[in-house]
Amino acid sequence: MNMEKPKSGIIVNVVLILLVIIWTVPTFGILVTSFRLRDNVSKTGWWQSLSDESGYTMENYKQVLGGRTFTYKDSSGRTARAKGDDMLGAFLNSLTVTIPAVVIPILIAAFAAYGFAWLNFPGRKTLFVLIVALLVVPLQIALIPVLRDYQALKLNGTYLGIWLAHTGFGLPLAIYLLFNYISTIPRSIMESAFIDGASHFTTFTRLILPLSVPALASFAIFQFLWVWNDMLVALVFLSGAGAKMQVVTVRMLNMIGSRGQDWHLLTAGAFISMVLPLTVFLLLQRYFVRGLMAGSVKE
Amino acid sequence: MGDLFLPDKPGGVLQRIVTAFGRIIISLIIPVIAFVVLWLGFIFLRGSNASQIVVTLVAIVWGVGGVAALYIVTNYILQTLPIKWRKRFVPFLFVGPAIIILSYYLLIPTVRSFYMSFMGKFSDDFVGLANYKYIFTDRTMRIAFVNNLVWMVLGTSLSLIFGMIFALLSERSKIEKLAKSLIFLPMAISFVGAGVIWKFIYAFRPAGQAQIGLLNAIVAALGGDPVNWIVLRPWNTIFLIIILVWLQSGYAMVILSSAIKGVPVTLLEAARIDGAGEFRIIFQIIIPYIKGAIITVGTTILILTLKIFDIVFAMTNGLFGTEVLASQQYKQMFKFLHYGRGSAIAIVILIAVIPVMWYNLKQFGNREVF
Repeated sequence: MNMEKPKSGIIVNVVLILLVIIWTVPTFGILVTSFRLRDNVSKTGWWQSLSDESGYTMENYKQVLGGRTFTYKDSSGRTARAKGDDMLGAFLNSLTVTIPAVVIPILIAAFAAYGFAWLNFPGRKTLFVLIVALLVVPLQIALIPVLRDYQALKLNGTYLGIWLAHTGFGLPLAIYLLFNYISTIPRSIMESAFIDGASHFTTFTRLILPLSVPALASFAIFQFLWVWNDMLVALVFLSGAGAKMQVVTVRMLNMIGSRGQDWHLLTAGAFISMVLPLTVFLLLQRYFVRGLMAGSVKE
Repeated sequence: MGDLFLPDKPGGVLQRIVTAFGRIIISLIIPVIAFVVLWLGFIFLRGSNASQIVVTLVAIVWGVGGVAALYIVTNYILQTLPIKWRKRFVPFLFVGPAIIILSYYLLIPTVRSFYMSFMGKFSDDFVGLANYKYIFTDRTMRIAFVNNLVWMVLGTSLSLIFGMIFALLSERSKIEKLAKSLIFLPMAISFVGAGVIWKFIYAFRPAGQAQIGLLNAIVAALGGDPVNWIVLRPWNTIFLIIILVWLQSGYAMVILSSAIKGVPVTLLEAARIDGAGEFRIIFQIIIPYIKGAIITVGTTILILTLKIFDIVFAMTNGLFGTEVLASQQYKQMFKFLHYGRGSAIAIVILIAVIPVMWYNLKQFGNREVF
């Protein structure tokens, strides 16, 4: 579109810059604090440290990442000991939960989207409407029944249990997004494949999946952010396994409880929990926005 | 099994039964085998005291590869069937697993939660409407309802208003890209992470001490007394809502901004030629034109606020009068171990979502789907 921007007055820019600063300062504050010395954090505000370039350290990250016991001098000069928070372990747990919980629903949803778009079977339309309706069913409804089954099956506190739960909760959106994409692939492309004697399975894996990469990526980012940042599902279905299977969000929750005033550690921990989603988000923002549009702007 | 070789009468009863049975089997094969294989894998993994990085790698390969392999194996089995049967079963290789998993994790739980909401604490005795009576009369529950309503109204409207302001301002600014990226960024942050970020903003020290929380530092600099924001009833709920607004305005901005870009230029130019001011153009042309996008963003955030849990749980654990429905449900489940009341709250949340569901379905009804 060759549209000239409406006149951008000074006021518009000033207000926008002001708002952007307000929006950015909270995150910037914890980033600065996470590198400050323990004693300084409790003595002065982080904004005061900006004028003084000494007093930064990596020690907070070392202590939060590792699981070993640390000794430090507390404010009155006595030697105190504290156990590390093992955020590294929680980080690996989050990865173990998240990667399969992203890939499994994508695979199952892509198959289903193809089935709904290009295969004929009884009940096709009814089933599809049902899936779309499930988009808005709150996952809260599933927690108690599924948890009881998990306890009976000893699936509570296993990766498999939480993968399948995230798969179930993510599938409606996944099928909906992928269906919108796969159903618009031109029929002629598929027909040429069938003429060459390809089965539906071959057509799907060799032709449709590679063609659908943009849609798959959109959903993947959605689901990645959702699973990585989820706390409720992890609290409910992984709590049976105790601390060794805590994901980053649950570990952060516990740190808020146990280290309420240790801001140098809390901020470092929070930043570790944010670093991967922020990276993914910044690198793949284009796909994410596309997915948001497909998921919410219905024309 | 001579039956299979008889000439097929279309719609024969036996054939229908075999087809239906076969379809169910095909649908079940993948989830069930996946389940068993993966389960065995984890029992094996749990037994071996491997280091965590090994567990992570094996688990990822196991989970991802396992499900993929099962589709391939099932397809291979289907290929051995006569073509007529294959044609009937193949669709269920594609949609079956999704249907089974959705049924188990969303559809059936709705029915089960509904049933359990009429049962007692351990779901072994029928108590009628007692759980519903409790959740509508209990004092804490009443606070939760009021708070949730405040969350829905303020959370949704403030996110929409800020999203709209950002969309309109950045549209008219030279730093559009940068501004949008920075405002959108909190979308990637978890509610718990945002909780830590804002807890630090709201941090409180008694008067006379150095304030390390930004908000109280500003208050102190202006000569005021520091405030313990988090425990300040009833305003603390609003301080929590601000966190949500901070997280969600970027989402609203992105959707609204793209809708605004779709407003025909000719329409805007005509209005400008007629001498309409910018504010009139915004309220009388742009906003009515993008009503659809506003409603979609609004309903999405509305549902989010209805289910809000993490922010409250991380910031206050529901203390100081900040309880909401989802945090109450969690407590009924894990703290009081009362499955009946927990289920009843879940059903109330579902019923509150139904109007939105109805609206969404109506939208889909207008679509050309097939």
